[in-house]
Amino acid sequence: MAGEKTVETTGLLGWIDRRFPLSKLFKEHMSEYYAPKNFNFWYFFGSLALLVLVIQIVTGIFLVMNYKPDGELAFNSVEFIMREVPWGWLIRYMHSTGASMFFVVVYLHMLRGLFYGSYRKPRELVWIFGMSIFLVLMGEAFMGYLLPWGQMSYWGAQVIVNLFSAIPFIGPELALWIRGDYVVSDATLNRFFAFHVIALPLVLIGLVVAHIIALHEVGSNNPDGVEIKDGPKDSKGRPVDGIPFHPYYSVHDMVGVAGFLIVFAAIVFFAPEMGGYFIEFNNFIPADPLKTPPHIAPVWYFTPFYSMLRAITTDFTWVLAAASVLGAVALFLRGNLRGVWRIIVPVILLVLAVLLRTIDAKFWGVVAMGGSVVILFFLPWLDHSPVRSIRYRPTWHKYLYGVFIVTFVILGYLGTQPPNPVFNLMSQIGTLIYLGFFLLMPVWSRLGTFKPVPERITFKAH
Amino acid sequence: MSQDNSQFDGVSADGTVAMDANLPPDPSRRLWVATTCAVGGVAGLATAVPFVGSFAPSDKAKAAGAPVQVDISNIPEGQMRTVEWRGKPVWVLHRTDQQVEELKDNDAFLADPHSERPGFTPEYAKNEFRSRDPKYLVAVGICTHLGCSPTPHLAAGPGPGLPANWEGGFFCPCHGSSFDLAGRVYKNVPAPDNLEVPPYEFSADGTSVVIGVDENNRA
Repeated sequence: MAGEKTVETTGLLGWIDRRFPLSKLFKEHMSEYYAPKNFNFWYFFGSLALLVLVIQIVTGIFLVMNYKPDGELAFNSVEFIMREVPWGWLIRYMHSTGASMFFVVVYLHMLRGLFYGSYRKPRELVWIFGMSIFLVLMGEAFMGYLLPWGQMSYWGAQVIVNLFSAIPFIGPELALWIRGDYVVSDATLNRFFAFHVIALPLVLIGLVVAHIIALHEVGSNNPDGVEIKDGPKDSKGRPVDGIPFHPYYSVHDMVGVAGFLIVFAAIVFFAPEMGGYFIEFNNFIPADPLKTPPHIAPVWYFTPFYSMLRAITTDFTWVLAAASVLGAVALFLRGNLRGVWRIIVPVILLVLAVLLRTIDAKFWGVVAMGGSVVILFFLPWLDHSPVRSIRYRPTWHKYLYGVFIVTFVILGYLGTQPPNPVFNLMSQIGTLIYLGFFLLMPVWSRLGTFKPVPERITFKAH
Repeated sequence: MSQDNSQFDGVSADGTVAMDANLPPDPSRRLWVATTCAVGGVAGLATAVPFVGSFAPSDKAKAAGAPVQVDISNIPEGQMRTVEWRGKPVWVLHRTDQQVEELKDNDAFLADPHSERPGFTPEYAKNEFRSRDPKYLVAVGICTHLGCSPTPHLAAGPGPGLPANWEGGFFCPCHGSSFDLAGRVYKNVPAPDNLEVPPYEFSADGTSVVIGVDENNRA
């Protein structure tokens, strides 16, 4: 008939394809998306993150059916879900466990990218979309944690919202605007609820789509960090080192899903609070605006960044100011900045050193915490190593990654603990290592003897 | 739109138009495209005003800041009482004479012993005791670091989680900030400021304090 286009498919699928590019989309993103054939264990975590997103959305929809976003009713409505709603306990524990597991798989997914240089040109936007997902996820988790309206919900939100009050001049007004009241209150709970159940999930889904479209545009990286597009091709122009995502990796990922669900179910059924790490014990006490619990800490996935917030004391700003001055001198004398930048960047660093000593340490704590997340966005431009993958980097680079990972875990542990002088010193050292790892990356990432990178991916058939 | 094209050079005898490749396709409309975008953009931004504005505290939340009267005649020496004002805990501490004396020895360890930093302290409380009457401390029990409520450890001496040479005061469990019995912050802790002293005044007979009003703030 006139106006219909010609397609290969017939029947119902043909009818759809003449109106909507269903087969085309399936081919582009599944059956004719060629991924390198040497993916390993680390490549499970992308699809697992998608699985957890689905779990969170489905369980979240069912929780909203019984939850009441009201300062008077919220705590009891969560207990109602736990005790009275048939299967409510399961749905809620799946949601709370899903929140922590989301961060487990996302951290491992990011670590994979770090190992194999998956953020390097031309995959910068894949990384930036991914980092945006991480940022939105942090907001989603933080706002979701307020909803049970327990003591930890309340005081955690109080502390984090007050972070904004540290910003010079506009801070206190900004914090008041975010809370909608002089303290965290019913108004705060309602707006966090709106963000948690609709605004941020919409943004999150949009970013996930952008992340995958960007990935499929440039193609997946792999543990060797070499492009399969640059390798040999078959008669149809398909890379011979690539295999169609479906059925090969769709089936492969099911193994990952099975393994993941075993762990997930074990936590949901046997240790949903995970010893106070997934749901903190203080959160089983209703929110009391007049009494802070004796020890408050954020949930584990925020604690590495939270440690860096606590590490910045007035004394420690001397160390940071000295580091800035040192950086300014080094960049001026030895740096390879061109023209006016050779003057401007060192001057900015010197101004920073002065500001570090003139603005409150409280503000710099917030800057350190925010900066430690924001700095990750710039990874594609900080890494100057001639090879992508850790496999072909000098051995001491691996030790450096090891130190970084251990530091991150230790910072995470310290963030869960009450403050004490020894721990504070440790978190200050940890903060220096974390920031140094990234800020000095343009220098160290190009040093050392790199191993020869193979022409094609290395792969041994099982 | 041939009548528009005729105003430019380059119309040949047969009516075909040789457009300058450097010009946009519709030069005569560029101003209007830009103007429409600008006006539309302003309208779009203006639409954000009600949404951004809806985040501000409601009149009801503002009205909840009514003054609170606290009977102080029955607070024993060395004890304190916590009341709620604007949703925040406010402490009224009845200091002993010894505690008042000891405040004078703390200056060397404090970040701002004379409350010289702006905000947080009304004029009448800018003294060593940070109060109208040295016997009574009235302070908002919210840490000036990130808003936790510090725990009172009024007695001097060591305790779990406390600094070794504890002189008595308030200790914030969240990030380890400490304050003396006048709500003055110690040096080198995360909190930058002394605890806020709210506006308050004593009733005429001296048996109660009214929190939320003073000579500059009338309810």
